[in-house]
Amino acid sequence: MLLFLAKRLLQLLPTLFFVSLIIFSLQQLLPGDPALAMAGEERDPAVLEQIRKQYRLDQPLYVQYVYWVGGVLTGNLGESMRLKEPVLTLIAQKFPVTLQLALMAIVISLLIGVGAGVISAVKKDTPVDYAVNLFALWGISTPNFWLGIMLIFLFAVYLGWLPASGYVGPLEDFWLSLKTTILPAFVLGNSFAAVLMRHTRSAMLQAMASDYVRTARAKGLAERSVVLKHAMRNALTPVVTLGALELGTLLSGAVLTEQVFSIPGFGKLIVDSVFNRDYAVVQGVTLVTATTYILLNLLADIAYVLINPRLRS
Amino acid sequence: MKRLCLIGLLAGLALAGAPAMAQTTLRIGLAEDPDVLDPTLARTYVGRIVFASLCDKLFDIDEQLNIVPQLALSQETSEDGKTVTIKLRSGVKFHDGSIMDAEAVKASLERHMSMQGSFRRPELAAVDKVVVVDPSTVHLQLKAPFSPLIAQLADRAGMILSPKAIKEEADKFGLKPVCAGPFKFVERVQQDRIVLERFADYWNAANVHVDRIVFRPIVESTVRLANLKSGSLDLIERALATDLKEIKADPKLKLATQIQLGYQGITLNLANGEAGKNGPFGKDARVRQALEAAIDRKALSDVVFNGEYLPGNQWVSPKNAYYQQKYPLPGRDVAKAKKLLADAGVATPVSVDFMVPNNPESRQAAEVIQAMAQEAGFDMKIRVTEFATSLNEAEQGRFQAFLIGWSGRIDPDGNSYIFFKCNAPQNNGHFCNKDVDQWLDDARQVNKLEERKAIYEKIADKFLKEGSIIYLYHSLVIIAHSNKLEGYRQLPDGLVRVVGVKLKP
Amino acid sequence: MAVSDALAVELGEESLGARAWRRLTKRKGAVLGLLIIAVFVAVAILAPMLAPYDPIRQSWSSIRKPPSIEHWFGTDESGRDLFSRVIFGARASLLAGVVSISIALSLGVPLGLLAGYGGKWTDALISRITDAMLACPFLILAIALAAFLGPSLQNAMIAIGLTATPIFVRLTRGQVLSVKVEDYVEAARAVGNPPTRIALKHILPNILPALIVQATISVATAIIAEASLSFLGLGQQPPAPSWGSMLNTAQRFLTNAPWMAVWPGLAIFLVVLSFNMVGDGLRDALDPKER
Repeated sequence: MLLFLAKRLLQLLPTLFFVSLIIFSLQQLLPGDPALAMAGEERDPAVLEQIRKQYRLDQPLYVQYVYWVGGVLTGNLGESMRLKEPVLTLIAQKFPVTLQLALMAIVISLLIGVGAGVISAVKKDTPVDYAVNLFALWGISTPNFWLGIMLIFLFAVYLGWLPASGYVGPLEDFWLSLKTTILPAFVLGNSFAAVLMRHTRSAMLQAMASDYVRTARAKGLAERSVVLKHAMRNALTPVVTLGALELGTLLSGAVLTEQVFSIPGFGKLIVDSVFNRDYAVVQGVTLVTATTYILLNLLADIAYVLINPRLRS
Repeated sequence: MKRLCLIGLLAGLALAGAPAMAQTTLRIGLAEDPDVLDPTLARTYVGRIVFASLCDKLFDIDEQLNIVPQLALSQETSEDGKTVTIKLRSGVKFHDGSIMDAEAVKASLERHMSMQGSFRRPELAAVDKVVVVDPSTVHLQLKAPFSPLIAQLADRAGMILSPKAIKEEADKFGLKPVCAGPFKFVERVQQDRIVLERFADYWNAANVHVDRIVFRPIVESTVRLANLKSGSLDLIERALATDLKEIKADPKLKLATQIQLGYQGITLNLANGEAGKNGPFGKDARVRQALEAAIDRKALSDVVFNGEYLPGNQWVSPKNAYYQQKYPLPGRDVAKAKKLLADAGVATPVSVDFMVPNNPESRQAAEVIQAMAQEAGFDMKIRVTEFATSLNEAEQGRFQAFLIGWSGRIDPDGNSYIFFKCNAPQNNGHFCNKDVDQWLDDARQVNKLEERKAIYEKIADKFLKEGSIIYLYHSLVIIAHSNKLEGYRQLPDGLVRVVGVKLKP
Repeated sequence: MAVSDALAVELGEESLGARAWRRLTKRKGAVLGLLIIAVFVAVAILAPMLAPYDPIRQSWSSIRKPPSIEHWFGTDESGRDLFSRVIFGARASLLAGVVSISIALSLGVPLGLLAGYGGKWTDALISRITDAMLACPFLILAIALAAFLGPSLQNAMIAIGLTATPIFVRLTRGQVLSVKVEDYVEAARAVGNPPTRIALKHILPNILPALIVQATISVATAIIAEASLSFLGLGQQPPAPSWGSMLNTAQRFLTNAPWMAVWPGLAIFLVVLSFNMVGDGLRDALDPKER
């Protein structure tokens, strides 16, 4: 086990190195002069030159890379050109928002996905099964930004039940916070719910037909306890790993959903920074999200091995 | 009996005091997140909206674009035009309690002129020295006469910052700005909200009836409007022209509109880079005139903006005092366009690389223009480019036509100088004419409207026929707000002024 | 029935493909999906004949008209017929889905084969780069690539294809690793076949099922990705129609002209749903454990 862990941690380093290369090459990829982008309407050449010097934009790319890596290793991710705030501060501000959204999305998808999967498996081949299947497919077939806009119009404009956009932190006002995040969390979660539903259903079907469950039935245990205790436990183990991976994806920021709902999270920050050529922010945030994703990946693998003893050898 | 009276009195006092306890918060929806809240370094239009409540300027404007006093009471320009005397208002305090005097004004102006990265430097380039005469009088010594100066001082370059804060915060001033406006800075969460609260010692505090302002950037205009309709916001800026009908039909909403200071148009590449030198517009002015003749400005406004925007053909709107009546709005004339192309000897269809910014209204306008121009023999190839890239492309001359506008400045110089002068920073079409250059400088030296207008007429004569910009229309500043807001008036600069506004509960 | 099936396979009378097809067609969802896809493909190919109007012809007197006899789906903000635009839009979306995944396959599969069969260092290098790409947010990479290449439908397809490549690298590599130890591969090696021949002739056909399933599902994702890029203005350029950019435009008019949003959204949904259903069906049909 320890060997496995050590090997995986060692693999982490070159991966992170490549991540940093990819992130930095984004700078080269993106056409446009960030100084110009920052200047917008006010384009005095002398001022532009001075900005380029200040942010080392006039240096060759590898020099900038070295400075950046040096900064990262000492905990300094640079400063946003547009907002003049340290990137770390921006990350610290946005991370809880995105985390809250991601966690809520996972909870929603677990409730809907696993619940629907269980029901669908138990009621296999009935209209309920088909309906649930259709719902699951619908979940992964609708574009997020589209669903978001439709929901805003339904719940905020016509029904007036929920605020149309914006974000309120849970420490400020718990109920309002729930109200502002439930729609985007649902939009984020519904595709994972679909994945979970299909997965739970097939795992449940497998488990329900398996030997030990038949034995349990033969022993005279109530159907419900058979289903809940034996079948579900087996079906849910890979859900942990799937969930960890999904959390990693969600933490990268749900770009379009945050755009539509005006949630000040990572996704919105990255997109705005890309369009404004605010490289420091793009690089810093992408580094943090990529690292988180890789770590969660690792955790998922460890969990998988722990839960499934057959893989330990 | 006495006790009852006392109780009654106390109850009465309590009731009278009760409404005063409820805080009025004005929630404003912005179309973008402002950049840094430092008047010296700021460069976005939407940032100015926040500054309107946060930082007072030396001067302000009224609906007719006349200069009115704000932090300064009056200004006088000497005979030779090289000294401007500004008299300051007394009893003005900054948000940190310090007094605004001539020294503070000097410190602010010098910061705008000399700080590293200052975007105000070109605006104050004409100022040589700022001299303190007495605590309430400042002399600005100019290198040469410069009539647009006062207009600059009615914008960010004229915002006065607390000297104490400038010294302590230096370039971090934008994180905790300290100015002399009706509201002071409370907090900012990037891309989420900016919170200001009433400044009790404001020089005009009697007219401020709102306790707090919360600015929320919401990029999607549909979502912004949805927020207004559902009551989560009290006022939004930049509502869409196509939403006007719906807003007017809603009894809970009101509109405040004005024609903008700027313009929207097509910049043509006359000589910038390969695309310009070998392009269709650089060789013969008649090609440019043909394109203009092919466009129906009124239909453009009707189709894309429900007829709400004002068609225009000059760099100031037809309602502006500097509009040259001698060159009225031309109508569409396809036959004339075809003839011009034939006379110029170009083979049709004329292929044009048409760069278009990435927003829905520009895209639709581009499609309409493309269809109109096609009938005259132009093949406009639309290339939607996102903002940052388009700036670069425009600078490098990698375009032949660019659908781009300008937010506009109070003084006509602000809408023309940097676009017409040879090698000026925003002159992406590389128009260059020695006479026009001279006239532009002449217009800066003169102060009277009639004299300047006469000079601009000469410029218009040249530029409207051979220049690098075809002006199309002037958009409407559209502010929509809840009917609980009383006393709100809109000015053409698009800023949201909260002084004098009342918010009913 | 089961016995004769098994016998048929035993006797080698039925190829893998035929068996998969038979099993696939038994599933109602997959059949429906195939039908819908076929309809859309036909529509895309026959678009000029099927569309009643020119999709880019503007008509400034009939702006944003609701569905009627002349315009079955209504008109858009410049008076163009929505029905014709949806039909022509099928080309962009289907092309985007298929071409981008073809790019991902043609880059990802060889790399995956190389990683699985190449050698320890090749594997390590390719795997770490793949991990790194998968760790970066997909949409950001796509946006950056599309911005770099310039906004256009072709470049959006390239951008999506490139960002989808790592999935296929990883899948192929995984499959190669599990198939590598099978008897027939060992046998081929023992006989002295060169590695490339083994990879192409023995390994590839056996990992094809998994690749096909993933490809089908990825096409669905690619179509949504194209819609997302168009939504951000980075895909199909105006005035040519694409469902994603039609949705982008329709946003502003949701209360004035909701029909502008319904049809392209519905079209995306149907096509993506069909690909997902077919992908599901294929996965079940090609699963060796199923009968």
